Amino acid sequence: MGFFIETMLGGLMTGMLYSLVALGFVLIFKASGVFNFAQGAMVLVAALAMARFSEWSNAALGGDSLFLANVIGIIGAGAVMFLVAWAVERFVLRKLVNQEGATLLMVTLGIAYVLEGLGQTFFGSEIYSINVGMPKDPVIMFEGLIEGGVMINKEDFIAAALAAVLVGGLTVFFQKTAIGRALRAVADDHQAAQSVGIPLNKTWVIVWCVAGLVALVAGIIWGSKMGVQFSLVTVALRALPVVILGGLTSVPGAIVGGLIIGVGEKLSEVYLGPMVGGGIEIWFAYVMALIVLLFRPQGLFGEKIINRV
Amino acid sequence: MKFRTLALAAAIASVGLSSATFSTAAQAQAQEQFFPVLVYRTGAYAANGNPWANGYVDYLKLINAQGGINGVKLSYEECEFGYATDRGVECYERLKGKGATVFQPLSTGVTFALTDKAPVDKIPLITAGYGRSESQDGSVFTWNFPLLGTYWVGADVAIQHVAKQLGGLDKLKGKKIALVYHDSPFGKEPIPVLQERAKMHGFDLQLLPVAHPGVEQKATWLQIRRDRPDQVLLWGWGVMNSTAIKEAQATGYPREKMLGIWWAGAEPDVKDVGAGAKGYSALALQHGAEPNSKVVKDMLAMVHDKGQGTGPKDEVGSVLYMRGLISAMLGVEGVRQAQERYGKGKVMTGEQVRWGLENLNLDQGKLDAMGFAGVMRPVQTSCTDHMGSSWVRVHTWDGSKWAFSSDWYQADDKVLRPMVLEAASKYATEKGVQRRTAEQCAQ
Repeated sequence: MGFFIETMLGGLMTGMLYSLVALGFVLIFKASGVFNFAQGAMVLVAALAMARFSEWSNAALGGDSLFLANVIGIIGAGAVMFLVAWAVERFVLRKLVNQEGATLLMVTLGIAYVLEGLGQTFFGSEIYSINVGMPKDPVIMFEGLIEGGVMINKEDFIAAALAAVLVGGLTVFFQKTAIGRALRAVADDHQAAQSVGIPLNKTWVIVWCVAGLVALVAGIIWGSKMGVQFSLVTVALRALPVVILGGLTSVPGAIVGGLIIGVGEKLSEVYLGPMVGGGIEIWFAYVMALIVLLFRPQGLFGEKIINRV
Repeated sequence: MKFRTLALAAAIASVGLSSATFSTAAQAQAQEQFFPVLVYRTGAYAANGNPWANGYVDYLKLINAQGGINGVKLSYEECEFGYATDRGVECYERLKGKGATVFQPLSTGVTFALTDKAPVDKIPLITAGYGRSESQDGSVFTWNFPLLGTYWVGADVAIQHVAKQLGGLDKLKGKKIALVYHDSPFGKEPIPVLQERAKMHGFDLQLLPVAHPGVEQKATWLQIRRDRPDQVLLWGWGVMNSTAIKEAQATGYPREKMLGIWWAGAEPDVKDVGAGAKGYSALALQHGAEPNSKVVKDMLAMVHDKGQGTGPKDEVGSVLYMRGLISAMLGVEGVRQAQERYGKGKVMTGEQVRWGLENLNLDQGKLDAMGFAGVMRPVQTSCTDHMGSSWVRVHTWDGSKWAFSSDWYQADDKVLRPMVLEAASKYATEKGVQRRTAEQCAQ
């Protein structure tokens, strides 16, 4: 029983982190109708910038203040993500207003490659650390109730809590603020939004900045967990089934989808994996997403698309 | 009109210039021994691929700084393949036409793909510490050279080491050993030997595959926490290794009970984990981190101090840097040995280099003279043994550096030889390869 609970909790906490990355996809899709394949590259660039700025400033400060170095790192990485957002809008999206969705999708693939290359050129391709003081050792709880207790990874728990706070904040931002409503309006129809006075260019910069912020938080959390290196871009691939399952336009969908995928892949690996030789969790997540698509093509929480003919 | 004329003139000039450059390069190529370098400086495995590539290229520069191989200078060209098998084969196809006489694929997947091509193109493959384990049998795998050790050697020595820790091979009975492996040809290579050893000694072998690139292992380590194996063998590469050690820490599995293959025992695997990796051990493909070796001192003096270094200076002497350096040295010594037979000071062909590699004899005196004293043991190949050495040590991360923690082990030939012969014969039957006779070997 204890092991089952541990697996469930592990899945839920991992799922919360998937939600965080999935949120980046959802935000940009909601605001611009673009499926942003560059989200993984943005996580990598944000984490690289944070790690290197923090490392350089720590060295400049004589290694005395890790906290200050991390603050400088976050500010520096934030500035880099703003620059990315501005450059994407100025040099790419501005030229492609009202283009087909497939065109925009391909463009984000190109942006992903450019960001991966530039990020590693400027910041290096070694493994870098982000030390934000996350505890690494596990804690055993409920030893009195369950034999052997339930092991909880403190780092995962804190990371999941941080992700939950960010997800909650962004939900409020989208639903309750004027900027959030403007972003949704732009997503629905570029021309209609422009006609009621919503500045398209500014809105796109804002949404890419917000997606950059999400990428930064995801980069810090994942970078702290597994080191800052190229493999961070693959984290985005883990979030793809989440957005398929939860729905591309739904923030709650990203959260619920993340939790379902997180728990599903862990339980499948642990209980079904040994029967088929193991190593199934990655593709099993996609199988779950595909099953949902069979019954709800728009995902669990996505908006049903109705075309008038 | 004026612009057109200018553009035309520029085009003609550039064509002329490039022809001149090409002919110079072609002339240079004719007098130089060309070494293709397959690298992955980008992608998921870049952190491990970079030091290997830097060590490899630096050694070629060092040989040039020392006057070349009996006066023959070395040239090289890198080809980036990102540890992707298809791109690795593309690199091979591209570089073989540039005069390549020896290839080092740095990937078991690429080695599998090239094993059938090498005999056709007559280019030997050096796979030091990776590749097909049965290719040790040179009478079938004429063009493969898994010098220094194969994964079967690694698996055999890993079990020997675990047994020694427990107090003897008989103590393995009833024990549980888990193999956490990269779900790829590389990760699957040790399984036959581990299964054989499990049958021999009565231990339970648990197989836990991890999908590429290995960034998500929570479910794997939860199973380890549930099943509590007595030992975990880690057969990982790149980010998979550091992730495994972090997950071990996060699930409370003792790092002292973890033993990695030699591709899971370098600085990038533990640097980011730091003190959390303390006590973690890995096999050493003879060498470890060797900052005090003579070859490293020579490298610093003759290459890096002259501003010719390929990578950062502080990386020189690290584990994977040394792996690349030694891999290059084996290729260079193959050429040198070939020159002994086919003419000193001449550029060797692929077939001649193959002969050199098959007749390699790096005794301790030669190794010491080249600056490898204390770094590695003698290597002697033959027609039937393309590996040349099966000695392995274990080193342990003390929280800040790797330090040797065992004596030398040698793989048990009584266990491995029949397996090598059986697998090589199977390959020969499948591919219609004739096993070379003693007379053919002597040629």
